[in-house]
Amino acid sequence: MTLVINGEAVAVPDEVKTVGDLLAHFRLENKLCIVEVNVRIIQKHEYETKALCDGDRVEIVHFVGGG
Amino acid sequence: MLKIGPYEFSSRLLLGTGKYPSLDVQKEAVEASGAEILTFAVRRMNIFSPEQPNFLEQLDLSKYKLLPNTAGAKTAEEAVRIARLAKASGLCDMIKVEVIGCDKTLLPDPIETLKAAEMLLEEGFIVLPYTSDDVVLAKRLEELGCHAIMPGASPIGSGQGIINPLNLSFIIEQANVPVIVDAGIGGPADAALAMELGADGVLLNTAVSGAADPVKMAKAMKLAVEAGRLGYEAGRIPKKRYASASSPTEGMSVV
Repeated sequence: MTLVINGEAVAVPDEVKTVGDLLAHFRLENKLCIVEVNVRIIQKHEYETKALCDGDRVEIVHFVGGG
Repeated sequence: MLKIGPYEFSSRLLLGTGKYPSLDVQKEAVEASGAEILTFAVRRMNIFSPEQPNFLEQLDLSKYKLLPNTAGAKTAEEAVRIARLAKASGLCDMIKVEVIGCDKTLLPDPIETLKAAEMLLEEGFIVLPYTSDDVVLAKRLEELGCHAIMPGASPIGSGQGIINPLNLSFIIEQANVPVIVDAGIGGPADAALAMELGADGVLLNTAVSGAADPVKMAKAMKLAVEAGRLGYEAGRIPKKRYASASSPTEGMSVV
Protein backbone atom coordinates (compact mmCIF):
# COMPACT_ATOMS: atom_id res chain seq x y z
CA MET A 1 0.00 0.00 0.00
CA THR A 2 1.01 3.59 -0.33
CA LEU A 3 0.98 5.94 2.63
CA VAL A 4 1.61 9.66 2.72
CA ILE A 5 4.36 9.90 5.32
CA ASN A 6 5.47 13.38 6.35
CA GLY A 7 3.94 14.75 3.18
CA GLU A 8 5.54 12.27 0.77
CA ALA A 9 3.95 9.25 -0.90
CA VAL A 10 5.81 6.17 0.33
CA ALA A 11 5.12 2.58 -0.78
CA VAL A 12 5.33 0.10 2.08
CA PRO A 13 5.33 -3.72 1.85
CA ASP A 14 2.17 -5.72 2.52
CA GLU A 15 3.50 -6.96 5.90
CA VAL A 16 3.06 -3.44 7.25
CA LYS A 17 -0.41 -3.53 8.75
CA THR A 18 -0.17 -1.43 11.91
CA VAL A 19 1.67 1.65 13.16
CA GLY A 20 3.97 -0.69 15.09
CA ASP A 21 4.81 -2.55 11.85
CA LEU A 22 5.49 0.74 10.10
CA LEU A 23 7.92 1.92 12.77
CA ALA A 24 9.68 -1.46 12.71
CA HIS A 25 9.90 -1.34 8.92
CA PHE A 26 11.78 1.94 9.06
CA ARG A 27 13.78 0.78 12.13
CA LEU A 28 12.25 3.51 14.24
CA GLU A 29 10.79 1.27 16.96
CA ASN A 30 13.35 2.42 19.53
CA LYS A 31 13.45 6.03 18.41
CA LEU A 32 11.83 8.77 20.36
CA CYS A 33 9.05 9.75 18.01
CA ILE A 34 5.37 10.63 17.96
CA VAL A 35 2.95 9.34 15.33
CA GLU A 36 -0.16 10.91 13.96
CA VAL A 37 -2.48 9.16 11.47
CA ASN A 38 -5.02 11.28 9.61
CA VAL A 39 -4.51 14.10 12.12
CA ARG A 40 -5.12 11.86 15.14
CA ILE A 41 -2.27 11.21 17.55
CA ILE A 42 -1.63 7.51 18.06
CA GLN A 43 -0.65 6.77 21.65
CA LYS A 44 2.12 4.24 22.20
CA HIS A 45 -0.23 1.58 23.56
CA GLU A 46 -2.19 1.75 20.28
CA TYR A 47 0.81 1.10 18.03
CA GLU A 48 0.18 -2.62 17.64
CA THR A 49 -3.56 -2.29 17.10
CA LYS A 50 -3.85 0.83 14.97
CA ALA A 51 -4.35 -0.51 11.44
CA LEU A 52 -3.10 1.47 8.46
CA CYS A 53 -4.98 1.82 5.20
CA ASP A 54 -3.89 2.80 1.71
CA GLY A 55 -3.69 6.57 1.43
CA ASP A 56 -3.46 7.23 5.18
CA ARG A 57 -1.67 10.43 6.03
CA VAL A 58 0.99 9.60 8.58
CA GLU A 59 3.10 12.15 10.41
CA ILE A 60 6.15 10.94 12.30
CA VAL A 61 7.69 13.74 14.34
CA HIS A 62 10.35 14.08 17.00
CA PHE A 63 12.09 16.67 19.12
CA VAL A 64 14.82 18.71 17.49
CA GLY A 65 16.92 21.60 18.75
CA GLY A 66 14.93 24.79 19.19
CA GLY A 67 14.66 27.86 21.37
CA MET B 1 13.84 28.50 43.85
CA LEU B 2 12.00 29.02 40.60
CA LYS B 3 8.53 27.49 40.81
CA ILE B 4 6.58 26.81 37.64
CA GLY B 5 3.30 25.03 38.21
CA PRO B 6 4.11 21.96 40.30
CA TYR B 7 7.83 22.05 39.49
CA GLU B 8 10.77 23.65 41.34
CA PHE B 9 14.12 24.53 39.88
CA SER B 10 17.29 25.84 41.47
CA SER B 11 18.60 27.28 38.19
CA ARG B 12 16.93 30.37 36.79
CA LEU B 13 18.52 30.00 33.37
CA LEU B 14 16.47 28.19 30.73
CA LEU B 15 18.41 27.12 27.67
CA GLY B 16 17.38 26.59 24.07
CA THR B 17 18.87 23.70 22.12
CA GLY B 18 18.93 25.07 18.56
CA LYS B 19 21.80 25.92 16.24
CA TYR B 20 24.83 24.58 18.12
CA PRO B 21 27.97 23.91 16.03
CA SER B 22 28.03 20.25 17.14
CA LEU B 23 26.33 17.83 19.50
CA ASP B 24 29.46 17.62 21.66
CA VAL B 25 29.67 21.39 22.07
CA GLN B 26 25.97 21.44 22.85
CA LYS B 27 26.28 18.80 25.55
CA GLU B 28 29.15 20.67 27.17
CA ALA B 29 27.33 24.00 26.93
CA VAL B 30 24.17 22.58 28.52
CA GLU B 31 26.29 21.18 31.34
CA ALA B 32 28.15 24.48 31.84
CA SER B 33 24.94 26.51 31.87
CA GLY B 34 23.54 24.64 34.86
CA ALA B 35 20.13 24.91 33.17
CA GLU B 36 17.48 22.44 34.30
CA ILE B 37 14.89 23.40 31.69
CA LEU B 38 15.71 22.88 28.02
CA THR B 39 13.55 23.94 25.11
CA PHE B 40 13.00 21.86 22.00
CA ALA B 41 11.04 22.14 18.77
CA VAL B 42 8.79 19.46 17.24
CA ARG B 43 9.57 18.62 13.61
CA ARG B 44 9.10 15.87 11.06
CA MET B 45 11.58 13.05 11.39
CA ASN B 46 13.71 11.92 8.48
CA ILE B 47 12.43 8.35 8.50
CA PHE B 48 14.96 7.22 5.93
CA SER B 49 17.94 7.87 8.19
CA PRO B 50 17.04 6.52 11.63
CA GLU B 51 20.71 6.49 12.67
CA GLN B 52 20.93 10.27 12.60
CA PRO B 53 22.04 11.42 16.07
CA ASN B 54 19.44 13.23 18.12
CA PHE B 55 20.44 15.43 21.03
CA LEU B 56 17.47 14.49 23.17
CA GLU B 57 18.31 10.81 22.97
CA GLN B 58 21.75 11.52 24.41
CA LEU B 59 20.39 13.50 27.34
CA ASP B 60 19.98 12.20 30.89
CA LEU B 61 16.29 12.97 31.15
CA SER B 62 16.29 12.58 34.92
CA LYS B 63 18.38 15.77 35.12
CA TYR B 64 16.32 18.01 32.85
CA LYS B 65 12.75 19.10 32.32
CA LEU B 66 11.78 19.47 28.69
CA LEU B 67 10.02 22.58 27.53
CA PRO B 68 8.92 21.94 23.95
CA ASN B 69 7.86 24.96 21.97
CA THR B 70 5.14 25.40 19.37
CA ALA B 71 7.50 27.24 17.01
CA GLY B 72 6.27 27.15 13.44
CA ALA B 73 2.67 27.70 14.49
CA LYS B 74 0.89 30.73 13.10
CA THR B 75 -2.52 30.01 14.58
CA ALA B 76 -3.79 28.84 17.95
CA GLU B 77 -4.98 25.58 16.40
CA GLU B 78 -1.54 24.83 14.95
CA ALA B 79 0.06 25.55 18.32
CA VAL B 80 -2.37 23.23 20.10
CA ARG B 81 -1.64 20.46 17.61
CA ILE B 82 2.12 20.76 18.15
CA ALA B 83 1.64 20.85 21.92
CA ARG B 84 -0.43 17.68 21.84
CA LEU B 85 2.21 15.93 19.73
CA ALA B 86 4.88 16.98 22.23
CA LYS B 87 2.86 15.72 25.18
CA ALA B 88 2.17 12.40 23.46
CA SER B 89 5.90 11.70 23.77
CA GLY B 90 5.14 11.02 27.41
CA LEU B 91 8.18 13.09 28.36
CA CYS B 92 6.69 16.44 29.27
CA ASP B 93 3.60 18.41 30.18
CA MET B 94 5.09 21.91 29.99
CA ILE B 95 4.67 23.83 26.76
CA LYS B 96 6.15 27.08 25.51
CA VAL B 97 3.34 28.61 23.47
CA GLU B 98 4.95 30.39 20.55
CA VAL B 99 2.65 31.67 17.82
CA ILE B 100 4.49 33.96 15.46
CA GLY B 101 2.53 36.76 13.82
CA CYS B 102 5.25 38.44 11.75
CA ASP B 103 7.91 36.62 9.76
CA LYS B 104 10.35 39.48 9.69
CA THR B 105 10.40 40.31 13.39
CA LEU B 106 9.24 36.91 14.69
CA LEU B 107 7.10 38.80 17.15
CA PRO B 108 4.24 36.81 18.66
CA ASP B 109 0.63 37.08 17.56
CA PRO B 110 -1.03 38.20 20.80
CA ILE B 111 -4.54 37.09 19.90
CA GLU B 112 -3.59 33.61 18.72
CA THR B 113 -1.21 33.24 21.68
CA LEU B 114 -4.02 34.02 24.09
CA LYS B 115 -6.37 31.58 22.35
CA ALA B 116 -3.77 28.81 22.29
CA ALA B 117 -2.94 29.34 25.96
CA GLU B 118 -6.60 29.08 26.90
CA MET B 119 -7.09 25.85 24.94
CA LEU B 120 -3.95 24.25 26.33
CA LEU B 121 -4.76 25.21 29.92
CA GLU B 122 -8.11 23.49 29.51
CA GLU B 123 -6.26 20.36 28.43
CA GLY B 124 -4.12 20.41 31.55
CA PHE B 125 -0.83 21.62 30.13
CA ILE B 126 1.65 23.68 32.15
CA VAL B 127 1.56 26.73 29.90
CA LEU B 128 4.40 29.22 29.43
CA PRO B 129 3.50 31.68 26.66
CA TYR B 130 6.13 33.65 24.76
CA THR B 131 4.67 37.14 24.50
CA SER B 132 5.66 40.63 23.53
CA ASP B 133 6.48 42.97 26.42
CA ASP B 134 2.87 44.18 26.55
CA VAL B 135 1.80 44.75 30.15
CA VAL B 136 -1.91 44.19 29.61
CA LEU B 137 -1.41 41.06 27.53
CA ALA B 138 0.77 39.65 30.30
CA LYS B 139 -2.04 40.31 32.76
CA ARG B 140 -4.59 38.67 30.52
CA LEU B 141 -2.41 35.58 30.14
CA GLU B 142 -1.97 35.38 33.88
CA GLU B 143 -5.72 35.73 34.43
CA LEU B 144 -6.28 32.79 32.10
CA GLY B 145 -4.16 30.68 34.42
CA CYS B 146 -0.82 30.59 32.60
CA HIS B 147 1.90 29.18 34.84
CA ALA B 148 4.53 31.71 33.77
CA ILE B 149 4.75 34.67 31.41
CA MET B 150 7.64 34.92 28.98
CA PRO B 151 7.98 38.40 27.51
CA GLY B 152 10.65 38.96 24.89
CA ALA B 153 13.56 41.31 25.53
CA SER B 154 13.90 42.02 21.79
CA PRO B 155 13.28 40.02 18.60
CA ILE B 156 14.24 36.33 18.67
CA GLY B 157 17.88 35.72 17.81
CA SER B 158 18.59 39.43 17.38
CA GLY B 159 20.91 39.75 20.36
CA GLN B 160 19.71 43.31 20.87
CA GLY B 161 19.23 42.78 24.59
CA ILE B 162 16.56 44.50 26.65
CA ILE B 163 14.99 47.19 24.53
CA ASN B 164 12.23 48.20 26.92
CA PRO B 165 13.25 47.66 30.54
CA LEU B 166 10.37 49.87 31.67
CA ASN B 167 7.70 47.60 30.21
CA LEU B 168 9.47 44.52 31.50
CA SER B 169 9.61 45.96 34.99
CA PHE B 170 5.89 46.81 34.82
CA ILE B 171 5.15 43.21 33.88
CA ILE B 172 7.42 41.87 36.61
CA GLU B 173 5.98 44.14 39.32
CA GLN B 174 2.41 43.21 38.55
CA ALA B 175 2.76 39.50 37.90
CA ASN B 176 1.85 36.86 40.45
CA VAL B 177 3.36 34.09 38.36
CA PRO B 178 7.02 33.76 37.31
CA VAL B 179 8.18 36.14 34.58
CA ILE B 180 10.86 34.66 32.36
CA VAL B 181 12.53 37.03 29.94
CA ASP B 182 12.70 35.13 26.68
CA ALA B 183 14.35 36.03 23.39
CA GLY B 184 16.71 38.75 22.27
CA ILE B 185 19.37 38.33 24.96
CA GLY B 186 22.78 39.02 23.46
CA GLY B 187 25.35 38.95 26.24
CA PRO B 188 25.72 38.29 29.95
CA ALA B 189 24.98 41.95 30.80
CA ASP B 190 21.53 41.58 29.23
CA ALA B 191 20.79 38.46 31.26
CA ALA B 192 22.01 40.12 34.45
CA LEU B 193 19.89 43.22 33.75
CA ALA B 194 16.78 41.08 33.24
CA MET B 195 17.38 39.44 36.60
CA GLU B 196 18.17 42.77 38.28
CA LEU B 197 14.82 44.05 37.06
CA GLY B 198 13.32 41.23 39.09
CA ALA B 199 12.67 38.61 36.41
CA ASP B 200 12.30 35.11 37.79
CA GLY B 201 14.32 33.61 34.98
CA VAL B 202 15.89 34.08 31.57
CA LEU B 203 15.43 31.89 28.51
CA LEU B 204 18.04 32.19 25.80
CA ASN B 205 19.43 30.16 22.95
CA THR B 206 21.33 31.98 20.20
CA ALA B 207 23.34 34.05 22.70
CA VAL B 208 25.02 30.78 23.72
CA SER B 209 24.79 28.59 20.62
CA GLY B 210 25.96 31.39 18.33
CA ALA B 211 28.81 32.58 20.56
CA ALA B 212 32.38 32.00 19.37
CA ASP B 213 32.81 29.73 22.41
CA PRO B 214 29.36 28.43 23.37
CA VAL B 215 30.62 26.52 26.41
CA LYS B 216 32.30 29.57 27.91
CA MET B 217 29.27 31.72 27.12
CA ALA B 218 26.99 29.17 28.77
CA LYS B 219 29.01 29.53 31.94
CA ALA B 220 29.01 33.32 31.63
CA MET B 221 25.21 33.30 31.33
CA LYS B 222 24.87 31.06 34.36
CA LEU B 223 26.98 33.47 36.42
CA ALA B 224 25.19 36.53 35.00
CA VAL B 225 21.78 35.15 35.92
CA GLU B 226 23.00 34.32 39.40
CA ALA B 227 24.64 37.73 39.84
CA GLY B 228 21.58 39.56 38.58
CA ARG B 229 19.31 37.64 40.90
CA LEU B 230 21.56 38.24 43.90
CA GLY B 231 21.69 41.93 43.03
CA TYR B 232 17.91 42.07 42.84
CA GLU B 233 17.52 40.35 46.18
CA ALA B 234 20.19 42.57 47.74
CA GLY B 235 18.41 45.73 46.59
CA ARG B 236 20.47 48.17 44.58
CA ILE B 237 21.00 51.77 45.66
CA PRO B 238 18.83 54.44 44.09
CA LYS B 239 20.40 56.55 41.35
CA LYS B 240 21.38 60.08 42.46
CA ARG B 241 22.13 63.10 40.36
CA TYR B 242 25.26 64.15 42.26
CA ALA B 243 28.16 62.47 43.98
CA SER B 244 28.10 61.35 47.58
CA ALA B 245 31.49 60.67 49.18
CA SER B 246 32.25 57.16 50.34
CA SER B 247 35.01 58.34 52.73
CA PRO B 248 34.15 60.39 55.84
CA THR B 249 34.38 64.16 55.43
CA GLU B 250 35.17 64.62 59.15
CA GLY B 251 38.53 64.06 60.77
CA MET B 252 40.62 65.13 57.81
CA SER B 253 44.28 65.57 58.74
CA VAL B 254 45.30 69.00 57.45
CA VAL B 255 48.87 70.35 57.38
